[in-house]
Amino acid sequence: MRRGFTPWADPNAKPIVRFDAVSKRYANTVAIADLSLDIYEGEYFALLGPSGCGKTTLLRMLAGFEAPDRGRILLAGEDIVGVPPYRRPVNMMFQSYALFPHLSVFNNIAFGLKQDRMPKAEIAEQVGKMLQLVRLEGLADRKPHQLSGGERQRVALARSLAKRPKVLLLDEPLAALDRKLREETQFELMELQSRLGTTFVIVTHDQEEAMTVAHRMAVMNRGHIAQVDTPQQIYEQPNSRWVAEFVGDVNLIEGKLAASANGVVLEDAQGRRFRAGDGAQARPGAPAAFAVRPEKLKLALAPPPADTLNTISGRVVDIGYLGDVSVYKVRLDDGATMKASVTNATRLAERPIGWEDRVWLSFAPDAAVLLTA
Amino acid sequence: MKARAARNRLSGRWLIAALPYLWLIAFFLVPFLIVLKISLSQTAIAQPPYTPTLDLAAGWEGLKAFLGQLSFSTYGLLLQDDIYLFSYLKSLQIAALSTLALVVIGLPIAYGMARAPARTQAILLVAVILPFWTSFLIRVYAWINILQRDGLLNDALRALGLIDEPVAWLASDTAVYIGIIYSYLPFMVLPLYANFQKLDETLLEAAADLGCPRWKTFFVVTLPLVLPGLAAGALLCFIPIIGEFVIPDLLGSSQTLMIGQTLWTEFFANRDWPVASAIAVVLLVLLVVPIAFYENVQSRQIEER
Repeated sequence: MRRGFTPWADPNAKPIVRFDAVSKRYANTVAIADLSLDIYEGEYFALLGPSGCGKTTLLRMLAGFEAPDRGRILLAGEDIVGVPPYRRPVNMMFQSYALFPHLSVFNNIAFGLKQDRMPKAEIAEQVGKMLQLVRLEGLADRKPHQLSGGERQRVALARSLAKRPKVLLLDEPLAALDRKLREETQFELMELQSRLGTTFVIVTHDQEEAMTVAHRMAVMNRGHIAQVDTPQQIYEQPNSRWVAEFVGDVNLIEGKLAASANGVVLEDAQGRRFRAGDGAQARPGAPAAFAVRPEKLKLALAPPPADTLNTISGRVVDIGYLGDVSVYKVRLDDGATMKASVTNATRLAERPIGWEDRVWLSFAPDAAVLLTA
Repeated sequence: MKARAARNRLSGRWLIAALPYLWLIAFFLVPFLIVLKISLSQTAIAQPPYTPTLDLAAGWEGLKAFLGQLSFSTYGLLLQDDIYLFSYLKSLQIAALSTLALVVIGLPIAYGMARAPARTQAILLVAVILPFWTSFLIRVYAWINILQRDGLLNDALRALGLIDEPVAWLASDTAVYIGIIYSYLPFMVLPLYANFQKLDETLLEAAADLGCPRWKTFFVVTLPLVLPGLAAGALLCFIPIIGEFVIPDLLGSSQTLMIGQTLWTEFFANRDWPVASAIAVVLLVLLVVPIAFYENVQSRQIEER
């Protein structure tokens, strides 16, 4: 990722894509509800959300396959609602790749260029460049059915980039690849994106993928945008319980805010008090939650010193071994469960905490995020 | 034990594989050889009406005498009278033009069916197949009713003020074309429909996304992808239309002499079995060309899967 590339923070920057109060209904379900969103030139932007959240509809609106019921969609300042897909300077890479089975790799990639009546020699040159870009030189004469899944994915990418679109739309582009290849391709896509400088908008339900590749991401839920920000901000500063729970694992401590001189204090139903570092506008008495990521919980076999903040005790009921980390499920004395993850820096046999052990969990005040939504 | 079970299974499998071949030998190859043999014989006022006949009682000598009497002279006859050539050409012409018309009519019907909502599709499919519930002969007779001088078509055209005098539709090439196109339309529509239905919708979206307008997409994406269905439909129509007998006989005139009618005349009216058989053999050879073409298309399609 380019350092200091933050056009969204610049009040004078003009977005290349703007959704302006866009709504869309299907029969009796709301697909997109009064949604506004700006995407800036050169961004790698991810739309993330559970299935049915409207992320694909949003992408298809940009491509021109769906029309909004209300609202405007601006591309480089021009309203493109009503412009047919074949006149839009955007291209899409389809989840199924949608390669033309009767055409060779060369002719698949050349398809869009031929529509623009580009001279033959230039087409050949541009297709050659694209083949080189996705490292498929030598496969130009193959038909799609003669290619592996990974090769097809590359052809689809080359085809969608061949016309040098203003915005490249990627609909779950890596979903059909196996894990190893997917991870490699994620990094290749990032490298490609920063080299070409093309704006990429990717739809994915895979949060790891979104967090890996994107400059910014929009977390969507039921036709709304729950939060738009950089992956780090969304992970570290989720704005609602829903976002905190959807992106990554989280422990939520529910309670009411209590008056306090420094920081924020939350009192749960058992009368335990927890302290967080920030959350200035907190109003005493309001229901709220502290969100603490599992890796930010400290796990100990002995009770910490009496004055240690934010301490809870419980019993280990489950240990999930994931290789690089282990996740401990701890049942608290009030019956609630919390998750703590610990990096497996030492060998398995040397780790002391086991099933049914009494443990103490604690977290630093700045590890907790105050959530009121 | 194991080996025997495997052998039994093997012979069972062989039987299943052999069944279609046995069927073809019994009901295609043997009859064809009989027809071929008759075409090499000469007419005779006898029972059966040709010579030679094979006398098995005479043994080896009888077989030699039998083979000695076979000749290609009937095929020479087919060249001497141009009525045969005329009938072949007329059949080819009618089959070619009707198949072309069927493609032009069938394509939009099949396309429309495949694009319809799922429930409508089922209804449309039944509507295409429904005529098969009625006897083919009755349906062709119904066309006589529609096309005759004071039939439905003339009534309708007169009511619309398009014609003053009734048009003589019947006993013309037009009537034959109408009858053939009507009768064979399902054979064109069904394979095309199956292909249109298989067509991946996202391919059309991809074409649009890459800048291809809808009408052009039909020619550069849709049509090439339904070509196998088009070829299947065209051959399913073209081949039987060439040999069509009932429709030209009932709806056509003496000018619409198709090869099936010529064959019928030779066989029943002239009792010239050798010439009738020769006509059939030549027809078969003519049809092998498009069938071989179809086979080629099909095997290529299977390869691509």
